[in-house]
Order: sequence, then C-alpha cells, then structure tokens
Amino acid sequence: MKQVQAVIIGGGSAGLSAAVTLKKQGISDVLVIEKDEEPGGILEQCIHNGFGLQTFKEQLSGPAYAERFIKMAQEQNVKILLNTTVTKLTADRTVEYVNAEEGVVQVQAGAVILAVGCYERPRGGINITGTRPAGIYTAGQAQRYLNIDGYMVGKRVFILGSGDIGLIMARRMTLEGAKVIGVAELMPYSNGLPRNMKQCLEDFNIPLLLSHTVSKVFGKDRLERIEVVAVDENRNPIAGSEQYFDVDTLLLSVGLIPENHLADHAGIVMDPSTKGPAVDDRYMTSAEGIFACGNGLHVHDLVDFVTLQAERAAEGAAAYLKSGKRKGSALHIRNGNQISYCVPSQFYPEDPAEKLTVYFRVRTPLDRGTLVIRSGEQIIRQVKKQKLLPSVMEEAVLTAKQMAVLTDDITIEITEEG
Amino acid sequence: MYDVVIIGAGITGAMLCRKLSGYQLRIAVIEKENDTAEGATMANSAVIHTGYDPEDGTLKAELNVKGAQQYEAICRDLHCLYKTVGAYIAACGAEEEAQLDVLAARADARGIPYRRLDRAQALGQEPNLSDGVTAVLDFYTTAVVYPWEVANACLECACENGAELFLNAPCQAIQRDGDCYVIETPAGSFRTRYVVNAAGVHADAIHAMVAEPSWHVTPRRGEYYVLDKDTQPIRHIIFPVPSKEKGKGVLAIPTVYGNTLIGPNSDFVDDPDDNGTSEDGLNYVRANISKTLKNIPLNRSIRNFAGVRPTTTCPDFIVEEVAGAPHFIDAVSIESPGLASAPAVADKIIEILSASLELIPDASAVMTRKAPVVPAELSQAERNELIRSNPAYGKIICRCEQISEGEIVDCIRRTCGARTVKGVKKRVRPGMGRCQGGFCEPRVVEILARELGISPLEVVYDGQDSRILERENRV
Repeated sequence: MKQVQAVIIGGGSAGLSAAVTLKKQGISDVLVIEKDEEPGGILEQCIHNGFGLQTFKEQLSGPAYAERFIKMAQEQNVKILLNTTVTKLTADRTVEYVNAEEGVVQVQAGAVILAVGCYERPRGGINITGTRPAGIYTAGQAQRYLNIDGYMVGKRVFILGSGDIGLIMARRMTLEGAKVIGVAELMPYSNGLPRNMKQCLEDFNIPLLLSHTVSKVFGKDRLERIEVVAVDENRNPIAGSEQYFDVDTLLLSVGLIPENHLADHAGIVMDPSTKGPAVDDRYMTSAEGIFACGNGLHVHDLVDFVTLQAERAAEGAAAYLKSGKRKGSALHIRNGNQISYCVPSQFYPEDPAEKLTVYFRVRTPLDRGTLVIRSGEQIIRQVKKQKLLPSVMEEAVLTAKQMAVLTDDITIEITEEG
Repeated sequence: MYDVVIIGAGITGAMLCRKLSGYQLRIAVIEKENDTAEGATMANSAVIHTGYDPEDGTLKAELNVKGAQQYEAICRDLHCLYKTVGAYIAACGAEEEAQLDVLAARADARGIPYRRLDRAQALGQEPNLSDGVTAVLDFYTTAVVYPWEVANACLECACENGAELFLNAPCQAIQRDGDCYVIETPAGSFRTRYVVNAAGVHADAIHAMVAEPSWHVTPRRGEYYVLDKDTQPIRHIIFPVPSKEKGKGVLAIPTVYGNTLIGPNSDFVDDPDDNGTSEDGLNYVRANISKTLKNIPLNRSIRNFAGVRPTTTCPDFIVEEVAGAPHFIDAVSIESPGLASAPAVADKIIEILSASLELIPDASAVMTRKAPVVPAELSQAERNELIRSNPAYGKIICRCEQISEGEIVDCIRRTCGARTVKGVKKRVRPGMGRCQGGFCEPRVVEILARELGISPLEVVYDGQDSRILERENRV
C-alpha cells in the first residue's frame, strides 16, 4: 500500500488551510483529496463579500478567499487530487478513494485530517407536511444552481430559516429579479449574523417572521402554495395562526450538519452537541492520528475561524507525526449553563499548548452574562460578556499556566445577571 | 392493432406485461404519469408478505401465497434486490398472543414457515422491542424489495421483448368497436383486442368507461418516515398484531439499502391522488410505533412520504373479466398484499386471457434483464477494470449513497430508462441519502440534460410540469 505522511480529506477552506500549515510545519508529503472538480469547497458558490476580515484584514468574496489558499497551496506544492471521493476510512488511517484516472486506491496515512464540511438539513429532517413537488430546495442547493450553474430556480420565493445562507439567498434572489415574499424563523430570534440581517433583509424590506414556520406545502408538479404558522414557546404550531402564500419556490435554511459518515464508520467518537467528532486541544479525534477541522467538526459562523482552527489541527497533526503520543491523560471540557457546545472538548494539562482557545456557542441570546470557567468547584476565570448570540461563536481562553495545575475536568458556563 | 393493452404501469401491470411478453403478442402499457411505478407502487411498505394474513377463502390469500413464492426467482432474473429480513409479529399480552395462534394456524395450513419466540429470544434479536411485547411470531422468509425497481425492471424486460410503454397517456375514453376496444389518450388511440385495467386508485373510473362498476375505490392514504441509514434501529420488519379495523398497523421496515421506514397510518381520503403527508398522519405514526418499539430515532428522519392504497368497497382483490364487457379484465382492488401477490395476479389474468386468446410462447423472448453494473458489488480488481474501460464509473456523483456517473448514465440509456430526476433516483438512488439530493441534484440535472439532449431548463423533477430551473440568470 502506498504510504503518505498526511492525507487531508476535503479541499475546501479547512482542507486547504490545513495543507498549507502542514507544509509550513515541514511535513513534505501532503495529499489533499477533493470530490469536486475544483478546490475551494462551498466558498466557490459564496460569491458575496464578507470573507477574510480576520484572516486578511479585508473583505473578500468566497472564491477570492479560496483563491488565496489555492495559491498558497500551489506555492507549497501541495498535491490535490480532484474529482476524487474518499469511500472508506479506518481507525488505523487507511484511506480508500476512487476517481476516474486511478480507480480504487488505498493509501496508508501517517496522519489524517478530516476537513469534510457539512450538509444542509433537508425537508424530511423537519417534517414539513404536504405534497412533494419540485420547487423546494435547500438554500445552498439554490445557491449552487444560481452561482455555479447559472440558473434561477424560481420567481416567487419564501425562505424558511434565518441562518446565514437563507439570508444571503434572500438578497441574491431579490437582486436576480425574484420576489422574496418573506423569511420565517422558528425561534424567537434570528439565527444569522447581525450584519446579514441588516444587509440582506432590512435593506431590501424583506419581512422576517420570528416564531413562525412553514407547516405544509401544496402543488402537484411544482410548488404552488405554502402554509405558514406561528409557534408557541415550545415551538408547537398555534391553531388558527395559519397564513397562506402563493409561491413557486421554498428555500430551506434549517440547519447545517457536519458530514460525519466517514468518521462514524471509522468508529470515531462523536460529540452529540456538535454532531461532529469529539476532539482534543490539538484537534485529534478519538482515533490516534486522525484530526478534524472545519464545518465537518462543528458548523462555524465565519470562514476565518475555519482557517484558524484548521491551522491548529494541522499543527496538531504535525506534532503527532514528529513526536507521537502525548504526555499524561486528557481532561474534559464540559458544556455548562447556557452553553450548547464547546470545541475542543478535551485537553492535556501535562502537555499544554501556549494557550487553549475553546470555541463555544450560547443556547439563547443574552444581553449580558459572565463567562465562567470552572474546574470542579474552583473558578479559574471569569469574563463579563455582552450581546451573546447563538449565531456567533465565542471564545474562552486558558493559558498554559492555568491549565498546568488542573486535575479536574473543566466546565464552561454563562451565569446570567439580574 | 394490439392484442393486449394494460392500463397502468404499477407493479400489477408491469408484472403482467413481463409475463405476457413471453408470448407472441403485441402489447402496450399506457401510463398516465411521467414514469413507471408512480402510484401505490412508489409509496408502500415494500414488504413481500408470505401470506399468513389474508382471511381463508379469499383471492388475497391464494394469490399472496403464490405470488410471494415466485418473487425471489423473479428478482434474480431481473437483477433486482430481494432481501430476506424476516418479519416479527409482536404481541403485547395474552389477548394478542391468542391472535398469534390464529396466524400460526393459517400459516400451517398454507405451508408458510415461522417460529415462535418468547420475549427474551425476541429481545436478543431486536433489543428495541417495547416493554409491552410478550411474544413474537417470526415469519423468517419475509423479504423486502424496492417495489418500483421491480416494476421498472419488469417493464424493461417486457419492452426488450417488444412490448411498448407509453407514458403521459391517461386513458380518456374507451369505446367498444366490433371485437375490439379503442382507448383514447393524449398520446394517441390504441386499438386492442383485450384490455387489462390495472389502474390502481383510478380503476373505478376506467371500469366505468365500459360498464357500471358494482364497487368503487375508497382511497386510503398511508404515511411514512424514512430514517437515515446510519441509525438502523431494527433488523427485522416489526409488525403489531393485525386487526380487522386497523389492518396491518404501524410497522418498522428495514429497506433493501439499510434505511428504516416507519409507517403507515391509514386514512380514507377523498381524492385518489392526495398523496401529501399530514400532521395528523405523521403524529399517528409517531404515537403508534411505540406500541411495538422503543428508541426509534424519528429525529433522524430524512424524508416523509405518503402513498394511496387502491382500497375499494370490495374487501378482496378483484381479478376477473368484466360482466357485459367481454375481453375487458379488471385487476383492481389490489391493496396490500398487492405487491407480494403481483406475480400470481398476472398468472390469474393470463389464465383468464387463455380462455379465448391463443398464447403461443415466443421462442426469442428473454425473461431476464441485462444486469446493471453495480460498482459497490464488485471486487476492487473488477471495479478498477470497469473504471479503466469506462472512467464514468470512477466519478462519484452522489456522495451519500456513493453512486457513480456511470450508473446514472446507464439508468438513463436503458430501455424504460430514467427521464426525470426522480426517475434517476428511483433507479440508482442519488438523492435517497441523508442530504436528499442537496449536493447531487444539480449534477443529476446536468447529466440528464446531456444524455437526453435537452437544456437543463427542460429537465423535470417528476411530472411533466415539475421543472426545477426557472431561467438562466442575468449574469
């Protein structure tokens, strides 16, 4: 079997960032496997601006952001296999892939970095009732049709879900000449970034119906009409609140799910709160030498953080290739009050990094609160926070000094005031 | 002039068409929809019932047993998946256990194998059985298929033998003209000596074109959840004990490709085409599956669907020549176990035809279907050889189900090939996975357009008016 030092599965923003970092860390033999015909991943269809403010201190479109990393990868002589799908991964790092040129090939990797991205929750995942006509798309699918293939999917559009892709598509479809009737959001608050709320809905006078959902669709061949209902605080439909809209298109932006099929089949332990693999502070999964990053690890808000975490994962993989097993045993990082998830979820106090950044999200919007990092009963750090939103990733930072003395698992929580 | 025109390209019509294509006959199948297997055949529990359930003395009982016995061989000949998973009838308490005795007695009389399991034995096989289950009858020869795959494969085989399939050809009128019938459709007129009415939920309307029916269709809708194949909460089909009022009840079914179906409910609907799902229906399924099973991850649902059963006011199948309409044969009221019974329904119709129609075997007829290439079933060496000879088999289009471009192209180019996105999905499964086509649908549209020589704008999802793309964008 062919041996490769590091295989990166996925050539999107995470995979490319990881590849460049691995090379910079002196790992010469890096293979990126990408299923699409171009590297860049989902960035290629995100032609709007707003990428790269953290990484490059300027606003780039998705393809422009990707291009910078594609160029860096080329400069570093990263080998990228395109039109190639990984069909199997084992815990001992055998990677099987298939493409038209080589057929089915197995390689033995010294380290593997999963950078597989996520997929959009489909209609069947939220049980919208009614007929099954054409005209119902996930937002990213409609975005691909529009921005890559060059086709509009409809004229009168309703959008379910105020996640960022839904908001971006509300604007994009409007600019392309469609009438966007409205956006419904199940929760009493938006799930998109504040800037997208402003720039994609408010600036175009597109109504947002909070605490509403699409309950039923009508139409035999093509979508003709939808039923929208208000929901109560338990997200149950309120009888009598039905409204009907005649639309030919419904876009669903109802959640992104890390694509964990390969990891699952390799027996890698999943974190139920992120739906991606559980990782330690070097982004290593439960399978030795297999690392994870990007939206396949947890769904990010900004691509800049994808890049940042992919770089950490690549540094982790490089350290593993150079020195193998870590010192000591891991402590867990647990989700406390108001925390929906933390990444990473483990760290090694006897082998600490210079600093540990834990990324987390809150469950509900909070005007103010205190971020508390506890180890057992001991409070290690407290930070006042303002305007916490589920749509925005937050950070909790621990220094090497703080970590070195810990013997108990730590919990991250937000205490609410007043 | 046709010898036989079959109205309806569901499993009943398709199975008959294949069997008839082995004789020297000119046969047409006319189908009102834009693909084969679009009615009840598309949306049902996909179970090849062995035949313990129907009441003694019914046509259902006779044809179910005979039909089920033929299935495995038919699926082998047609290269369709046939997976023997076994069916558990799960009884809760003494009263229901007594019902198991009734089923066991019927099974004995009909030569259907089964074994009886106590709770502990059953739990060893199916750890998610509910706490209420006390005993199980295991009909271990029960199988599952993809019903639409079987129907389509039958028609492909028949059409290779010279039968003709006409899609988008709803029957608008039937006139008796001397010794024959003339069937009017938007796809043209069909003059034929014999007509077989296999029109499913529309069978009463078709029958009424030649004679007043003594029965009518009372469409009964059933709704289902489809669960992600990574969940696999069950290995056998799990039935509650059947009842007269509720029929077979809410089941859990492992499909041939490893998804799990949970359903159906049973709701009478006014419109025979009303195959939309409903909140009440899905809630009913959700509430009732807990009778026999626990830990069913309905939160891992990837799709819901509903189908309409062609139930009629007659409690049994009706397979007979229509009184007052010679050579017009009904194959109607074919509700469950219609899928399992289809081969025997076909035999029964052939028996009726043979009374006045000379059936001469066609020596050139081939009753098998050319095997589709399924890369997942090949060894690595075979697969690499395949990819060398046709690189399209190395290009994965559907990542959830790992379907290659080669398989998609093949299913379009075949006889009775796919013409729609759903047609491709029914034949080779891109879009059946957890992303439900989110990633691969644009690629499938592109491949369909290329293979059919049409613009992507003309590619439809399913019916003739189900366009996916509105127009080219402005840029």
